[in-house]
Amino acid sequence: MSTSLFPQLEPLLARVSKPIQYVGGELNARVKDWDEALVRWALLYPDAYEVGLPNQGVQILYEVLNERPDALAERCYAVWPDLEALMREHGVPQFTVDAHRPVRSFDVLGVSFSTELGYTNLLTTLDLAGIPLHAADRSDADPIVLAGGHAAFNPEPIADFLDAAVLGDGEQVVGVVSDLIADFKRAGSPGGRDELLARLAETGAVYVPRFYDVRYADDGPIASVTPNRDRVPERVSKQTVMDLDAWPYPKTPLVPLAESVHERMSVEIFRGCTRGCRFCQAGMITRPVRERSLQGIGQMVESGLAATGFDEVGLLSLSSADHSEIGPLAKQLADRYAESKVSLSLPSTRVDAFNIDLANEFSRNGRRSGLTFAPEGGSERLRRVINKMVSHDDLIGTVTAAYSQGWRQVKLYFMCGLPTETDEDVLEIARMAHDVIRAGRQATGSRDIRATVSIGGFVPKPHTPFQWAAQASPEVVDARLRALRAAIGADRSLGRNIGMRYHDGQPSLIEGLLSRGDRRVGAVIERVWREGARFDGWSEHFSYERWVNSAAAVFGGGPVSLAWFTTRERDADEVLPWDHLDSGLDKQWLWDDWQDALTGYEQDDCRWTPCFDCGVCPSMGTDIQIGPTGRTLLPLAAKTEGAPGE
Amino acid sequence: MSRRVPDAEYIAPVQRIRLRYAKRGRLRFTSHRDFARAFERSLRRAGIPMAYSAGFHPHPKISYVGAAPTGVASEAEYLEIALAEHREPAAVAAALDAVLPPGLDIVRAVDAADCPPGSLAERIQASVWQLEIAGDPAGLAAAVAALLAAEEVLVERLTKDGRREIDARGPVLSAEVAEVSQDAVAVPRAIMTAVVRQATPTVRPDDVLAALRSVAGFAPLEPVRATRLAQGPVDDAGGVADPLRTTELSTR
Repeated sequence: MSTSLFPQLEPLLARVSKPIQYVGGELNARVKDWDEALVRWALLYPDAYEVGLPNQGVQILYEVLNERPDALAERCYAVWPDLEALMREHGVPQFTVDAHRPVRSFDVLGVSFSTELGYTNLLTTLDLAGIPLHAADRSDADPIVLAGGHAAFNPEPIADFLDAAVLGDGEQVVGVVSDLIADFKRAGSPGGRDELLARLAETGAVYVPRFYDVRYADDGPIASVTPNRDRVPERVSKQTVMDLDAWPYPKTPLVPLAESVHERMSVEIFRGCTRGCRFCQAGMITRPVRERSLQGIGQMVESGLAATGFDEVGLLSLSSADHSEIGPLAKQLADRYAESKVSLSLPSTRVDAFNIDLANEFSRNGRRSGLTFAPEGGSERLRRVINKMVSHDDLIGTVTAAYSQGWRQVKLYFMCGLPTETDEDVLEIARMAHDVIRAGRQATGSRDIRATVSIGGFVPKPHTPFQWAAQASPEVVDARLRALRAAIGADRSLGRNIGMRYHDGQPSLIEGLLSRGDRRVGAVIERVWREGARFDGWSEHFSYERWVNSAAAVFGGGPVSLAWFTTRERDADEVLPWDHLDSGLDKQWLWDDWQDALTGYEQDDCRWTPCFDCGVCPSMGTDIQIGPTGRTLLPLAAKTEGAPGE
Repeated sequence: MSRRVPDAEYIAPVQRIRLRYAKRGRLRFTSHRDFARAFERSLRRAGIPMAYSAGFHPHPKISYVGAAPTGVASEAEYLEIALAEHREPAAVAAALDAVLPPGLDIVRAVDAADCPPGSLAERIQASVWQLEIAGDPAGLAAAVAALLAAEEVLVERLTKDGRREIDARGPVLSAEVAEVSQDAVAVPRAIMTAVVRQATPTVRPDDVLAALRSVAGFAPLEPVRATRLAQGPVDDAGGVADPLRTTELSTR
């Protein structure tokens, strides 16, 4: 059915906050004819619209799918509790924002998880859509619920609720899935849902949890994860798009009418990372590095600006200053947009002077407000453990250069609760922040130097060298944060110029449960959701007690518990819940790197130094793909004569 | 060394264009700020040569006059833009309309120099509101009559400073009820049209509905759809004239 739910929804919108988020109609949104498409995708970002709309992953898939003549894609986001209550009261099911079609009518519900804290919002969306929460209860009339995004690298905690998951890049695999579903439907859906899932699993690119049995040892850990039928691989591999220039998406970024967290256009300049920071899941699972070429980037920036009217462009990646042509790119883009009021930005990047030069280039067009660096660890020793090699002197030197060149604000990101961390390591952050202010004052001759310390609790993640680590308890984290705040403020003349932003340790612990949990955690998620958990990533909605109580009720006196999943260190021989999902990284290499971390041994960056055998390139038969191309930005097409009104 | 100077040169405006725009359909749910952002982007996309304010953070020079509340559609919202180079108003309107999302529509544009003297704001004295009301038309007509017969009807509005009482009757210059022809619809409907003078604080459709409830106990059966049909100077007949009326000498 394709009828619009908007007439039923509209009367409710007058009674909720920010109704515009449910209305659709954004610039560059596409509504295709329902009946002309054979394969129909609903793409869910399970958080509020303002967070979900700018998400690049969803925007890329939205465009790629809508470009196919035989497919269509529409978007949906989590509805706020005020609208959820009204929808239940008035019997209005979950809708897409593009054409307000019922989500249950689609063939696939693709869910993009940047964070595990969206899991309860997934359940709300399923429930409001009328889709059975448990995959085992779904019929041929229900969509295939397919997870993607970084959290899909360990989807076990939500395995009960998913039909399938895809790891890695989505651009190509959504085409494979669409082709398969199209063929299946044209053949009359032989064998129903089960057969469709079997065909998806057979591709080797789609993980179907129900085709794997998990057995547990009596004392708690997993004993084995094994396929329970033929046609299903022992391990499911991630997907990687090597040639990003062949996928220049999004071409026409969505421009929201509502206010969203990023009022700018983003262009991803490369995927993957070679730095090897040991805590960083994104860097590990997106390997190998593949760059967009300088010309490819220039083209995306130009056509994106023309399609949107944004005045700010963010050049995104995990470490943008590492792009092999970042210097020429920065200069040529800054030159190109010197006359217009377009400003360019890089997200937080490495701590060195080169980065300041880049930032200066980018800020030629205007705002020179803040620079962000991420030392992550408070002491040099701890930074060696996490493989973020920044010396104290380097950091002070870099921020001093920043202040000297007119930057007014420096933001420093840290984590608390890293492996081998001591109270002293965290207190060093205060000393560092004080030194930053002193150095800035001396360099500029002005007392008005500001810095912000932003610090959050570390959560060990799957597919990283720290996946065996014991997470720090909220008590330890909160105590260290309190001590840090006191230490920063202890010197009033300096402390007054330092802002501290932090999250307390409790949400991090729950994130830890969801990150490294196995299928047994599903019951906790369901219970906590039935008790009202929503928007767990938002402090005003998150309830730690609810999660703790739910875990206690579900795990009872058994061998596992909230602590077992989080603050317990794992052994080398333990079967990890994600071992049957292949990120390309060699598990032995990850263990060796974990051991190196514990002794403070640094690993080099394979972009500039020889390969250290993490396993990704050989397992995929590829190599890191970087420039330089030695080219320059193409000149812009000559403007046509007669601009408006001339 | 760290003393900052503004980067932008001040660009003096050479022309001011006044625009009438509409918020239609689903886009009635945009707030004024949502519209402002969309409009600024459309100026960039259409390549309109805007004049900018001076200082560290230059803004394109746009003056908004009032704004319909979120959730209310409008056929007549107004703003004025200052340009750094001359342009044909009609061409500017067409270029902007082409790049705005459907539902935010530019209806008309005039050169401020072709209008009688006085600011755009001075010309916005009253609004014509149309309210689609589900309920007994006779009951509504009686409530409207009661409203007009009263001298003052105080209603409560929740503001960020707390609850305020405003007179929803005073600014109402006229109000009429027309019954909607019944088709297969079970719920009876009527259209109320009211001319409301611009006041401080502004009296909005919600306030008028609250006044009907207060003075006659009338409550609609469903949430009301409101549309601003017109804004402008009050004319001799008690209606609202076109604020973009150009002087006789201009041929546009």
